[in-house]
Amino acid sequence: MTSSVSIRDLSLNFGAVSVLQHLDLEIADGEFLVLLGASGCGKSTLLNCIAGLLDISDGQIFIKGKNVTWEEPKDRGIGMVFQSYALYPQMTVEKNLSFGLQVAKVPQVEIDKRVARAAEILQIQPLLKRKPAELSGGQRQRVAIGRALVRDVDVFLFDEPLSNLDAKLRSELRVEIKRLHQSLKNTMIYVTHDQIEALTLADRIAVMKGGVIQQLADPMTIYGTPENLFVAGFIGSPSMNFFRGSIGRKDGRPVVDVGGVAFDLSRYPSRAPLKDGQAVVLGVRPEHIRVDEPVEGLVSHPATVEIEEPMGADNLLWLKLAGQPISVRIAGQRRYAPNTPVTLGFDMASASLFDAGTENRL
Amino acid sequence: MANPGSLAITVAGADAVRDELSGPRGRRPQRSFSGRNIMIYGTLLIAALYYLLPLYVMVVTSLKGMPEIRLGNIFSPPVEITFEPWAKAWASACTGLNCDGLSRGFWNSVRITIPSTVISIAIASINGYALANWRFKGSEVFFTILIVGAFIPYQVMIYPIVIVLREMGIYGTLTGLVIVHTIFGMPILTLLFRNYFVSLPEELFKAARIDGAGFWTIYLKIMLPMSLPIFVVAMILQITGIWNDFLFGVVFTRPEYYPMTVQLNNIVNSVQGVKEYNVNMAATILTGAVPLFVYFVSGRLFVRGIAAGAVKG
Amino acid sequence: MTGQTIARRPNQLFRNLNAKIASIPMILTAVVIFLGGTLWTVVYSFTNSKLLPRLSFVGFDQYERLWAATRWTVSITNLAIYGVLTLIFSLVIGFVLAALMDQKIRFENTFRTIFLYPFALSFIVTGLVWQWVLNPEFGIQSVVRSLGWTSFTFDPLYNADIVIYGILIAGLWQGTGLVMCLMLAGLRGIDGEIWKAARVDGIPTWKTYLFIVIPMMRAVFVTTLVIIASGIVRVYDLVVAQTSGGPGIASEVPAKYVYDYMFQAQNLGQGFAASTMMLVTVAIIIVPWAYLEFGGKKRG
Repeated sequence: MTSSVSIRDLSLNFGAVSVLQHLDLEIADGEFLVLLGASGCGKSTLLNCIAGLLDISDGQIFIKGKNVTWEEPKDRGIGMVFQSYALYPQMTVEKNLSFGLQVAKVPQVEIDKRVARAAEILQIQPLLKRKPAELSGGQRQRVAIGRALVRDVDVFLFDEPLSNLDAKLRSELRVEIKRLHQSLKNTMIYVTHDQIEALTLADRIAVMKGGVIQQLADPMTIYGTPENLFVAGFIGSPSMNFFRGSIGRKDGRPVVDVGGVAFDLSRYPSRAPLKDGQAVVLGVRPEHIRVDEPVEGLVSHPATVEIEEPMGADNLLWLKLAGQPISVRIAGQRRYAPNTPVTLGFDMASASLFDAGTENRL
Repeated sequence: MANPGSLAITVAGADAVRDELSGPRGRRPQRSFSGRNIMIYGTLLIAALYYLLPLYVMVVTSLKGMPEIRLGNIFSPPVEITFEPWAKAWASACTGLNCDGLSRGFWNSVRITIPSTVISIAIASINGYALANWRFKGSEVFFTILIVGAFIPYQVMIYPIVIVLREMGIYGTLTGLVIVHTIFGMPILTLLFRNYFVSLPEELFKAARIDGAGFWTIYLKIMLPMSLPIFVVAMILQITGIWNDFLFGVVFTRPEYYPMTVQLNNIVNSVQGVKEYNVNMAATILTGAVPLFVYFVSGRLFVRGIAAGAVKG
Repeated sequence: MTGQTIARRPNQLFRNLNAKIASIPMILTAVVIFLGGTLWTVVYSFTNSKLLPRLSFVGFDQYERLWAATRWTVSITNLAIYGVLTLIFSLVIGFVLAALMDQKIRFENTFRTIFLYPFALSFIVTGLVWQWVLNPEFGIQSVVRSLGWTSFTFDPLYNADIVIYGILIAGLWQGTGLVMCLMLAGLRGIDGEIWKAARVDGIPTWKTYLFIVIPMMRAVFVTTLVIIASGIVRVYDLVVAQTSGGPGIASEVPAKYVYDYMFQAQNLGQGFAASTMMLVTVAIIIVPWAYLEFGGKKRG
């Protein structure tokens, strides 16, 4: 695996405020990496550092094996797509696409060729003579992608490119970006706060918080075995159910004791031996809880339905167990009226267990 | 349904139905001569009269002959319209020994206003662009000094500028005055442009940098074409401001280069000879004509221009 | 990999070089003219410069002479009267006109054009027009007298006691349109739902203005105040055109004092001292404002 973008010990401070701290990241050739996090976590800042739009305080950045730490953005071999599209309003689409090439004094024949190719890939040929103001949001974003495309670069940077679009367009363009990546096979670094985008697009996701990468892994790993409490809570909607409790024993088996309710841990693949009395947080995703299904090996507890949120394909139930609200996702056609008593079955093999102090996975 | 109680209820219900039928329905009636409206429009009209009166007096006085002015009152319309005062004000009114009218001052003002406007806007827009997009160490400090400087009375800085211009050998010339206008126009214009450029999406600037454009390319190819309205606002601000200036004109130029305002004041307030009020008023209108023209043509942009001073950085 | 072509870290001085070059005029203006010029004048106000600036210090002599001069005390008094009245009247008139304009009236643009056009005119033009309108022989006084009220007297420009009010009338005519515009912009900036809420709650219009809208427009009022105030201190052209400081010295103002001593009486020291006093006046207005406006933010 050759490295396309490589970030080593990168730090960025604004005065006394430290935004990124000793960050290391290796991105493989042709990889689609998503930087995911809430606003202010440093993901966009990191992207701007890679682009050379922000001067870093310490560390190194390599792109295609070349140290670009002090290079100008234009010399880094990158193309960038912005959230607000950032199309030059007074120029036609064609001019927008060719502006960078003209600045770089690329011969006109070559410019025409590249613009035509980009327009064909993105299917924006009919729009070439129009101004950005005459385009829809989706068309504008296509042009913005085209502007990165004509640069004929190895690395594409996307800064929340779909956030300004409505839900329907967003899912359409999402598919299109994925298709683009499959056909171009470029390295793509994609910043978003939307976990659906991250999960659907990424080869690997880097979940960020406070300028630090919390977990870097493929989407299924991130979703299935979150490394810590933050990642577990950030990914998934509705979010994972958490129960605070302590490790204990019941009938000779290890359990998590949550306010008198015991969850059998014998099926949980723990990484290290669990100590009795250790304070822990048990996390179970809403779809890993069964309702009134006597399946072998589940940990069962009685509960009462409080609220039902039918969502079409799914049905979301809100219940209370051991004094804590929990959500459960079941099939859409199964309906429960409020106050119905039910039996919940917890799939402990898919659950997550975290240390209450360090918040790391056990 | 036969018991009296329910009957009473039915009757009451019928009343309500009748009320609904005959009660208010449709558009609420509006009276155009309500007390409120009379108060509002009355006050506005009186105020308008106060603002229009001097303009009216100026115009009618300038169209009367001197005998008519001595006899009549200043508000009465001219009995016999004459354009003599206008011609005299333009071509032959006297200031001291010179008797070639306001025309010289007019052309001086043109020669002052055009280069001052162009140069001050060019410099200030580049300043604003650098401050918005290319901050460097200390740039904010200089900008703060500049803005604080806008509040310093001109009188405090006049004499040092006289010395500097004298050392440069351009004291008393039009070039010197153009520089002075550029200097004193800089704070407000820089603020205007800086705030405008800051309000443009930063991503546009980033995109241009990725495209490889540098300081001047981004300014000329991206920022300038996007900022035409603010350039017009700045032009309005500068043309009216510089045209109306009196202090700098009188301090920094020699009499042969006096701008129109200075010359107008010399004509009207000269102590020699008989006062020709009609000529004075014609001269006054002529001097006010350029900024008034700019004002009426630019309309809303003018308001935006003057309100620009109120925009905080 | 590390050993490959590493771009030379640019020298700090040459980073953003174009931006720095482009800012040279701004830097020169800020440092040499605004900062240097002001300091120069303040320093030379402590010398006995006459025809030419000379660095022979005489302490506060110039200031003592300044405050002993009747002309200066008259100037300062005039400025105080003119300033206070201009602030009060232009804020009140400006706000009332703006509030009236905000009643969804017809011909709003016409009224706005009428109220604001004097602002486009220079102080010279303003002064000369009002000199003519207030001329006792031909102007308002003579017109009222010709209507039958023969004892009517209104000759502010020829009466030393009230001449400053004559200038005030002209100053207000020129400047209230601007205040009206700023206030109107402030009123339009207030969330329309405030008005809906007040209407649903049954609060009378005037109360809504007084207790809700005006307090919300604090920032607009403060900014307007600063704009008017810094204009007042500079008032010069208007007086020159309308009265030339007369009758006698009755309508002198500090700015005119400075000009006359610097460029006509050839007593530079007095000019510098007077202009420094103007600077102090402005500082008294600006510093508290700047403190409230910017100093407060840092704490909050």
